[in-house]
Amino acid sequence: MAVFIDKDTKVIVQGITGETALFHTKQMLEYGTKIVAGVTPGKGGLEIEGVPVFNTVAEAVAATGATTSVIYVPAPFAADAILEAVDAELELTICITEHIPVLDMVKVKRYMEGKNTRLVGPNCPGVITADECKIGIMPGYIHTKGHVGVVSRSGTLTYEAVHQLTQAGIGQTTAVGIGGDPVNGTNFIDVLEAFNNDPETYAVVMIGEIGGTAEEEAAEWIKANMTKPVVGFIGGQTAPPGKRMGHAGAIISGGKGTAAEKINAMNAAGIEVAETPSVIGDTLIKVIKEKGLYEKCKTH
Amino acid sequence: MNIHEYQGKEILRKYGVAVPNGKVAFSPDEAVKVAKELGSNVTVVKAQIHAGGRGKAGGVKIAKNLDEVRTYAKELLGKILVTHQTGPEGKEVKRLYIEEGSDIQKEYYLSLVLDRATSRVTVMGSEEGGMDIEEVAESHPEKIFKEVVDPVVGLTGFQARRMAFNMNIPANLVGKAVKLMLGLYQAFIDKDASIVEINPLVITGQGEVLALDAKFNFDANALYRHKDIVELRDFDEEDPKEIEASKYDLSYISLDGNIGCMVNGAGLAMATMDTISYYGGSPANFLDVGGGATAEKVTEAFKIILSDPHVKGIFVNIFGGIMKCDIIAEGVVAAAKELGLAVPLVVRLEGTNVELGKEILNASGLNIVAADSMADGAQKIVGLVG
Repeated sequence: MAVFIDKDTKVIVQGITGETALFHTKQMLEYGTKIVAGVTPGKGGLEIEGVPVFNTVAEAVAATGATTSVIYVPAPFAADAILEAVDAELELTICITEHIPVLDMVKVKRYMEGKNTRLVGPNCPGVITADECKIGIMPGYIHTKGHVGVVSRSGTLTYEAVHQLTQAGIGQTTAVGIGGDPVNGTNFIDVLEAFNNDPETYAVVMIGEIGGTAEEEAAEWIKANMTKPVVGFIGGQTAPPGKRMGHAGAIISGGKGTAAEKINAMNAAGIEVAETPSVIGDTLIKVIKEKGLYEKCKTH
Repeated sequence: MNIHEYQGKEILRKYGVAVPNGKVAFSPDEAVKVAKELGSNVTVVKAQIHAGGRGKAGGVKIAKNLDEVRTYAKELLGKILVTHQTGPEGKEVKRLYIEEGSDIQKEYYLSLVLDRATSRVTVMGSEEGGMDIEEVAESHPEKIFKEVVDPVVGLTGFQARRMAFNMNIPANLVGKAVKLMLGLYQAFIDKDASIVEINPLVITGQGEVLALDAKFNFDANALYRHKDIVELRDFDEEDPKEIEASKYDLSYISLDGNIGCMVNGAGLAMATMDTISYYGGSPANFLDVGGGATAEKVTEAFKIILSDPHVKGIFVNIFGGIMKCDIIAEGVVAAAKELGLAVPLVVRLEGTNVELGKEILNASGLNIVAADSMADGAQKIVGLVG
């Protein structure tokens, strides 16, 4: 099972002829992802790494029956690429592109209202279901199949957490990077809900960072709905206010969005928060041992 | 990206937003010349720095004649202004805005921001102008009104009217306030702003509705389509190390500590700072070299870190992932050799080709301390810096 994607997911790569997209298309194919089509306007008819290229997403869908796309289109054109994926009625589109103007994303979000497409990102590492399907830019080899779901606003910090879990013999179902932008698609709650409904997922790691109130809202939701243990980490505990820490969304402004507020909200919802990023794995293991889930989560 | 008040008011004028007459001045002579041209009874001499709280810090002076304009201009130019937003080191005043005085009857607050919760642009207004709006939000949240804008239709007339009435703007001036708000919204959208704050918005004895201050912040991701805004960038207002970093597409932020950090990924970079602090150290910077770090980028990152005289040690924390650790290691060695590293260097590498990367570091003959994990590396660098 796992969430959002599995071994049968048919994927379109939007912007497949770009340098980054080509590199990652190879990586994804090697991992076993079913890449069935690429889209680059004007390059229809080409074949890349054995993948047919189309001029439009609609054509690619009609020809292949793909339900999912991943977007590597450059920032000035990425919002349009998302709109095209939504218009083609894909179930899921994952936007890796960073630096999309935020007002473009405001329009995208409005356009998506009432539509059935799920957007993950932008500015995210993607989604991976261990040993089945990798869509994005994350290193595949650090993931092991298992029973812990991972959801995160940060890329490399997700790798750090997944790596710790794998090293400790704890496999994962799906790792979802929701991205570091202030306006994005899928949020923490969407992913938590999916993990809560997934019979294969027994526990969840949630990695947040300073800025906004998404972690506080997720904590409220967890308190009211989550039946599985969640452990967390918040990056930026020592970040000074008013300074944008790399991600467009990671900024403490107007006294809001501090790590302390988020950690308090998470603790109040019964979420154990790792004190340092180095002990995210250990914190999860401690919690699943307390809940009697350790043996079930251990990768045999 | 931020701009100065006088530049913000230039933009507002183009959008039909009423602002008092005024002009920028770089010297006391220019200030007097501008004041003469304005010919108003009272002239306001305003320090131009990229920080709020100028009034409270003595950066805004009311001059009753040209001699006073000269005196205040002399006093402010070159002065280090310390406000609650500049930090204790303050900012040097290099530009002044000379503006005609306004007969202020009442002050209001008006701003446009991107609201993350709704993913929409939101107008915020309050009758409590001129003050720190965060204080108002704290003490009288009911006095702050919001209008959430649907991007399909933009800010509508009825929303602007409702805001004006909620703010208790006198009925005969509501029309003018609406015009101002609609202009402000158009400027925000056209220029890809992320914040526009008018504090205070005022009504005058002559029955005008004026933007007395203008604070703009622009979306860095959208600057590629706004050459006119990029030209307004004032490098004097930015940290030279941050400017240098931006040339190489490195994300760098200066901090107060003495441990230089070089990390790939913003989240991991923040987490690295947190870990250093957890073990009793103090990071000198946030530095994200990005996913596509090349040997050249690593070298430039080292140069920027070492140009900070407070740096007493460096911690490199790379989760290679797709990036290969041997390439990072080569970059680190090349940079360390080129720059003649005089401070301790701790390197934690993880990911593809990690063993090869460690071999390169060991074989380099440089005094590089290898770390097995982020925590191990943080402890080692904190110990070495002392």
